Amino acid sequence: MSFSFQVVVCGSVVPDPLQTLEPVMTPAGPALKNELMLPVWFDPWAGHALYEAAHLAKQHPGSKVTLVSLGPKAKLQQVLMTIGQKVPFEFAALDGPAGGFTEPAETAGALAEAIAALPGLDRSRLLVFGGWESAARGAGVTLQTIAEKLGIDDVFLGVDELKVWPDGGLEIAERIEGGRHQMSRCAGPPAVLGWATGNLPEPKNNPQVGMMNMRAVMPALQKARPVKLPGEGLTFTAANVPKQLRQTRIVKDAPVDEIAAEIVEWIRK
Amino acid sequence: METILVLAHTESDGSLPATAFEALGAAKTLQAALPDAKLMIGLAGERVGDAAKAVAASGATRVLGVSGPDFAVSRYATDAAAAEALTRSGGATLVLAAGTARMLRCLPGVAARLGGRADTHVTNLSVADGKVFVSRWYYRQRMEGTLTRAQRPWFIVVDPGTQPAWSGAPAQVAVEEVAVSLPDSARRTTVTGVRHVAADAQTIRPDAELLFVAGAGWTKKQADGQTHVPEAETLIRDFLRLTRASLGSSKSLVDLGGEGQAVLSFLSHLNQVGQTGATPRHPKGLSTCCHGEEPHTVGWRFIGERRAISLDPNCGWARGKADVLYVADAFAVLRKVNELLARG
Repeated sequence: MSFSFQVVVCGSVVPDPLQTLEPVMTPAGPALKNELMLPVWFDPWAGHALYEAAHLAKQHPGSKVTLVSLGPKAKLQQVLMTIGQKVPFEFAALDGPAGGFTEPAETAGALAEAIAALPGLDRSRLLVFGGWESAARGAGVTLQTIAEKLGIDDVFLGVDELKVWPDGGLEIAERIEGGRHQMSRCAGPPAVLGWATGNLPEPKNNPQVGMMNMRAVMPALQKARPVKLPGEGLTFTAANVPKQLRQTRIVKDAPVDEIAAEIVEWIRK
Repeated sequence: METILVLAHTESDGSLPATAFEALGAAKTLQAALPDAKLMIGLAGERVGDAAKAVAASGATRVLGVSGPDFAVSRYATDAAAAEALTRSGGATLVLAAGTARMLRCLPGVAARLGGRADTHVTNLSVADGKVFVSRWYYRQRMEGTLTRAQRPWFIVVDPGTQPAWSGAPAQVAVEEVAVSLPDSARRTTVTGVRHVAADAQTIRPDAELLFVAGAGWTKKQADGQTHVPEAETLIRDFLRLTRASLGSSKSLVDLGGEGQAVLSFLSHLNQVGQTGATPRHPKGLSTCCHGEEPHTVGWRFIGERRAISLDPNCGWARGKADVLYVADAFAVLRKVNELLARG
């Protein structure tokens, strides 16, 4: 028997990891210096979630993937020019902050509202995907909060593998301690899956997919509802880049035997 | 006045994970700094008696337990139901737990359910003017923030290895059993097992003294103009066998594997450290053939003593980040290191 899914992927922008990031304190709390000027990427783990969603949709005809993003509208538009060429999806946008110092409970509240408001949402086919953590806040809090707000009881975090069984059941591999995977069998949707890296390579850019996506992306961006995340009850007292410069002793032109002996002695110490 | 609840789940043998004692250590420190704060312990698992005895001498005023076959396995719905019941029953305002995969998955949801907030990957706790502050890292370990919250209950999930573990002799204690009524929907998921890699191929060892980081240089052309991937694999495998070190890898090396290139047969994304990988904690780290940018260096933010082998004396991975940089051919050095280690 074939099944189709309604996969909603939550993901947004993060600063390009090659940029030097410097925190600054503002009246509203910490932020990044020149945050609006920093080049951004689509969050890597959310990207894996999106590729897995597209892969799942391809395997199960009739499935639909919707990307729901909360981020500054202009930054989302930049990133979607790239990510939009990778895989086909529909798009819903919320215009608001996506920085690391935002409150995940508030982010999750806004995303859950947006998901609940998607036209034709069918909970019996609903899978909510996202990265298990973001490369900004790195908390791993948002997806569980969305699950609670949507009343979904089955949540998986650090997912590397999803298989659909002939009866519609889902087999899921989640990362646990010691480089192992916990294997679970879920009766089926609705479920929330926070993806780690999965196993799929990054899809190649496909301009045709890009053209198709952009037809829906631009109107969605124009309609993006402004969202404020006030960080109620949350007070930051500091945000610092650690000063961890070490005095590196450089051993150059030393014989291999000498280096090896020193390393072995250090390991055994 | 704060009521501190330490939440922990038991292992399949009824014991507590080592990290639970670290959460308890953090809670004891907080309690000492907060006048009138009460300390309680909440345990969940198939059975909790032995675990309760192990923490009985901690000075907790109450030990609460949720037990039964439904709570034996790591499953969101049942773990969240247990944590919710324990938190409600104890009237906790601060809930501390160790950052195990199980707790990281369920506690943020419980915080949402109870109208509270959750902070994960906490590395430091402090008290000033009667307020609790926590520190955690942002932007993949690139900056550290310190914060406090008004909302309660506040779930604080501490990163393993960051807190001093509490220790005490086992003692008898009465466990207050907390009843949890599970809806059928809580059993929609069945845990079917744990997938291990073969014992000799398990290269991720969180308790290892040494983290060995392999960079993409191992797969590049060497001085003779050829690649030597099979030899690299043998050298690294032998080194891991002789030292029982944990293996980390830079993203580029992992990605080469994902693209179908022959790299290291035992390498997966689970080994990846850095911007999109893990930031493990080990006393020592040895990086080899890595050429680094900031995304790589964050991978060993929490490594104590660091040494590196690289052909590039200006390597960004190593300079200012490592204590010692050996400018040498990693193939030759590792071959000799293995020889010396094998001699004993």
